[in-house]
Amino acid sequence: MEIDLSQFSQVFFEESLEGLESMESELLKLDVNEPEDESINTIFRAAHSIKGGSATFGFSQVANYTHLLETLLDEIRDGRRQMTSEHQDMLLLSVDLLRNMIDALMRKTDFDDPLLSQLEKRFTSELEGAAEDIQDEDATQADAEQAPDEQLWHIDFQAGIDILRCGNDPLLMFTELRQLGELTVKLAEINHPDFGDIDPEACYLSWHLELITDQKIERLKEVFEWVEDECTIHYSSSVIDTGETRELQGTSESPQASPVPESTQASTSTSDSLPAEVVKPKIVSQAKSPEGGSIRVSIEKIDLLINMVGELVITQAMLGQIGQQDEIDEESLLSMKQGLEQLASHTRDLQESVMQIRMLPISFAFNRFPRLVRDIGQQLGKKVDLILNGEDTELDKTVMEKIVDPMVHLVRNSLDHGLETPEIRVSKGKPETGSITLNAFHQGGNIIIEIIDDGAGLDTDRILQKARDKGLVAEDEELSTEAIHQLIFKAGFSTADAVSDLSGRGVGMDVVRRNINELNGTIELKSTQDKGSRFTIRLPLTLAILDGQLVRIGHHTYVVPLVSIHESLQVEPQRINRISENHELVRLRDEYLPVIKVFQEFDHEADAIEIKDGLVMVVDSNNEKVGLLVDELLSQQQVVIKSLEDNYSKVPGVSGATILGDGTVALIIDISGLVSLAGITNTNEHAA
Amino acid sequence: MTELTQQEQANMDDASQQYLTFIMASEEYGVDILSVQEIRGWEATTVIPNSPSHVKGVINLRGTIVPIIDLRQRFGIETLEYGATTVVIVVKVAMSDEHKVIGIVVDAVSDVFSVNDADVRDAPDFGDDTNLSFIKGLTNAADKMVILLDINMLLGSEVLPEASQLSNLINNIDAQQPQAVNA
Repeated sequence: MEIDLSQFSQVFFEESLEGLESMESELLKLDVNEPEDESINTIFRAAHSIKGGSATFGFSQVANYTHLLETLLDEIRDGRRQMTSEHQDMLLLSVDLLRNMIDALMRKTDFDDPLLSQLEKRFTSELEGAAEDIQDEDATQADAEQAPDEQLWHIDFQAGIDILRCGNDPLLMFTELRQLGELTVKLAEINHPDFGDIDPEACYLSWHLELITDQKIERLKEVFEWVEDECTIHYSSSVIDTGETRELQGTSESPQASPVPESTQASTSTSDSLPAEVVKPKIVSQAKSPEGGSIRVSIEKIDLLINMVGELVITQAMLGQIGQQDEIDEESLLSMKQGLEQLASHTRDLQESVMQIRMLPISFAFNRFPRLVRDIGQQLGKKVDLILNGEDTELDKTVMEKIVDPMVHLVRNSLDHGLETPEIRVSKGKPETGSITLNAFHQGGNIIIEIIDDGAGLDTDRILQKARDKGLVAEDEELSTEAIHQLIFKAGFSTADAVSDLSGRGVGMDVVRRNINELNGTIELKSTQDKGSRFTIRLPLTLAILDGQLVRIGHHTYVVPLVSIHESLQVEPQRINRISENHELVRLRDEYLPVIKVFQEFDHEADAIEIKDGLVMVVDSNNEKVGLLVDELLSQQQVVIKSLEDNYSKVPGVSGATILGDGTVALIIDISGLVSLAGITNTNEHAA
Repeated sequence: MTELTQQEQANMDDASQQYLTFIMASEEYGVDILSVQEIRGWEATTVIPNSPSHVKGVINLRGTIVPIIDLRQRFGIETLEYGATTVVIVVKVAMSDEHKVIGIVVDAVSDVFSVNDADVRDAPDFGDDTNLSFIKGLTNAADKMVILLDINMLLGSEVLPEASQLSNLINNIDAQQPQAVNA
């Protein structure tokens, strides 16, 4: 029976990407001059398991490449090689490269990047260069146990009689051994019974193996790890002196007996065979998109769910019992009510725990920033400390995926436009090294993400000048500092020529804000000249569920997100002002709010045609208040958000749909979309 | 599985396709049966604001939001009053690399025919601007003319005009913004 390995490869991809992530973060944390053993070990382990996995699945390109990393790391780990910043760079580049390789494997496309051969060469020459160092060091610390040089291992391998029945195959082990060095296999003896008694599924063989390798015994034992209980394995070794080694070089036809040529050889040969291997599984499962993705969930969360479902089953049994009674008396009615209450609370708990499954710590998003900051900082010649706080704060996976890009944009901006070069910083009397802080924390039902820098802050004069040049602000108009800062979120500031001569931010900031608004979030900005800037992103914890207020307009039911509602009120006629045919304002305390007649924008009938006849719901739209005219408030409830775009298209003023208790569909109002639809901007009417 | 008749067997062997046909204004139309997901009765929809009149709204199809299109209105045929016998054919439409599920309202479902590709004639060219690219061709089945529809073209374009309207709208909004600041 052929086992389809492709079903497991997804797990390998995920684990490898995780491994690469931890490798990257450890590398970035690493102090090259005094590398911590634990960090090196972690990096080594990641490389090692990727190598092992990729070899198992036949991704030889990855396996060969990681083998190089592993060799280098192994030497560093054993103290045979000093870690240098060049190593760090090479390893970081390798992380990128491997990510791309795995990405290509997931997409089942060919991987072809000149960087691969470049890096391979760098590693090879690096490892070759060290061969002498190793020997020098060996001479001083000729410790037999640590001996890294090539050794001849004799392995007597007596296979257990049941080895094949357990699904183990000596051939696979020998193949693996062959990858470690020069292997000779001899059949030792066949200990079979009389022909009539032979069990065709049993294994009566044993072998004598000779392996010339630079690997340690642990590595050899690893190969037999699965079978060591049932097989008899005996290891013995003899060190090959230099003369012998040279001879062996001749037989192995490689210029040097170091592991390097072997791997380069292997990689050249595999680069030829790779396309075929990569193309093959295409037929097997084409439909699986790499983004389909899965989530790793902690056992605790699952346990909690199982408990919850257990409770639910008990409640259901209890209710079922009542249902079986022929007559329902007052007592059973009471317990039925109780049961229903329990059911409601369990359902709520269950919903919460299910949502928890989608929650991931924000470190998944934060993790990329050390690298980003390091690379861009180096590129720009700026010294930066990156401070991450609240990495454990949990956030819905979909929100996380969508917030990363805006965050990258903001951090990039902080580095590029915010932080000054060391010289300028010193001249301003600030420490040479700037800092960028990323904070994440929960506040109410929201998550707050802050991006803070101690750079130059926004240059209000230049922004204002730019806005006047672009006609966004009238010449004689005076704006508060805050209002000027808000200008960078305007679309006009994202044009290319604004980038070159504007020292402030504003590159695509409108896009950032739009992306965040699409997540039902908001972004605020505080900036002080020469002190720095602080961007505050406020997001709902999840995109899947929202607390909604159901409203009726005509015979249509709409859902308004509860978070954006301030209040709802009936307005007396004397507080209604009409500006033009279609624009009406209501006076609410000391503010004038524009009122959107939702039925008009949505082009259907309604009971309340005039503001005085209906209810005005005061809602927040991009930190501005507007009123929505509705007929009636219905209940408040949590609604599960469904996409309209899946099968239809985006609808202006509507952010999605949900299914109500009676099975009908209700649309969820997108307030900022509705405001755009109504053509209202009340920037200057804000009289607070 | 029911046994296939010889005729059906023959049809399976060569380049033939099965079509579900339905009736609308006494004409018979056919759609590729493989794109049909299910056939339902009419139920009240939730109206989508500012949508074209032939988009009747959306329904909840076992947790999925599915738009419903009135094909009479889409084709500019006089509308009928919906009733208990009104039929909604739920079809899967391939759009770029994804599928959309859309319901179409028709008068009645008629039959299932196997149609040989060779028996499909091109639709006549009407010579005007009418875009009939969603008509795959004409064929005869049981002595009746059947208009074979390319559901992907028909409903695929359903969303596209919307999208362009949307981008127009967004452009308009963007164009308005600077003035609004000045105001």
